[in-house]
Amino acid sequence: MNILLLTLLIWLGSALAGFLGALTGLGGGVVLVPLLTLAFGIDIHYAMGASLISVIATSSGAAAAYVREGYSNIRIGMFLEIATTLGAVLGAYLTAKLPTGAIGAIFGLVLIYSAWVSGTAQPETGPPSGPDPLGVSLKMNGSYPGVDGPRAYQVTRVPAGFSLMFGAGTLSGLLGIGSGAMKVVAMDQIMKIPFKVSTTTSNFMIGVTAAASAGIYFNRGYIDPGLAMPVMLGVLLGSLLGARVLVRVRTRVLRWVFGAVLLALGLQMIFHALTGRL
Amino acid sequence: MKKDAPFTDLRLELMIGNLLRWGVALAAAVVLAGGILYLIQHGAEHADYHDFHGPNGQSNSVSGVLHEAATLHSRGIIQLGLLLLVLTPIARVILSAIGFIMERDWMYLTMTLIVLTVLLYSLMRIP
Repeated sequence: MNILLLTLLIWLGSALAGFLGALTGLGGGVVLVPLLTLAFGIDIHYAMGASLISVIATSSGAAAAYVREGYSNIRIGMFLEIATTLGAVLGAYLTAKLPTGAIGAIFGLVLIYSAWVSGTAQPETGPPSGPDPLGVSLKMNGSYPGVDGPRAYQVTRVPAGFSLMFGAGTLSGLLGIGSGAMKVVAMDQIMKIPFKVSTTTSNFMIGVTAAASAGIYFNRGYIDPGLAMPVMLGVLLGSLLGARVLVRVRTRVLRWVFGAVLLALGLQMIFHALTGRL
Repeated sequence: MKKDAPFTDLRLELMIGNLLRWGVALAAAVVLAGGILYLIQHGAEHADYHDFHGPNGQSNSVSGVLHEAATLHSRGIIQLGLLLLVLTPIARVILSAIGFIMERDWMYLTMTLIVLTVLLYSLMRIP
């Protein structure tokens, strides 16, 4: 296949991944790497490098819209970015030490986990277990625009959330993904931050986390310009379109379909990793 | 502090949002320009991404990228766009640091500087 045709096909596939990623809120990165490796036979290191680039593009591209809505909490984001960026550097180093098969197997497990997150209903935020004094002294409690004026919220279990964020950062650096699903779980489920604040702040953090591993990825030659170009432009276009139509589609059915796709990709990824075909 | 300065926090976030949007738009424009040139020059060649070639096959140093971009090498122009993209979240962190200085929030300034140090450490890996 020549470069022109391959570039166009990858651009189309990336646009679709970005579109579905925006609709489901999981981001495009998690389907991009299996798409590039399984469908196009691209080496997983190049796939991860291109995916990492697209993650930065979508995070920064969507941030402008989120910021205007007033949901994101810049303080929570900055505090947790200490954990995610340190994790991302660790992950980016680990990825050079691990054999390709191991990376593929871990990726498959993350896909299956993401499938589960996509298939289950939007997590309910239960009753808060009391504000964490650490959250109070770190001035993390805030408010967000509700239907009847600003609604205040308080964060809980700050150390647990911080630790999970370190794990999310490590996965991001290890696999070249945003690991947005894990970030939202840490903030929404553990720290009891309202779902909208969690998702928008998570999106904010994804770009900074990915930038922390980007230098190491560049250094190792994972980011090939010929491949990163169609992936970045495709995912960016797809995610911007996805954000526009987000309000008009029934996301519940879509999340099920996307979950099924992720599960299939995860199983195939593990199968390929175990049989040494990656 | 947050109650005293909600205006500053909000204004800071709006500035950050605009910075990110323009940063991404600029990076995408540079990548697109380089990409079109790349396809004109190399579109008919055989694509080979099946095996990983390591860091030797391309310009992955900042000076190399700038040199290639300046001499209108398509892959160098794309790399320049990608570097601009990586710099946007870093610019965001720098802008946050300035915001926290204006709010005289030294605790959050310290946190921001820690994040910035990690980011710059990674960026310094680009030879």
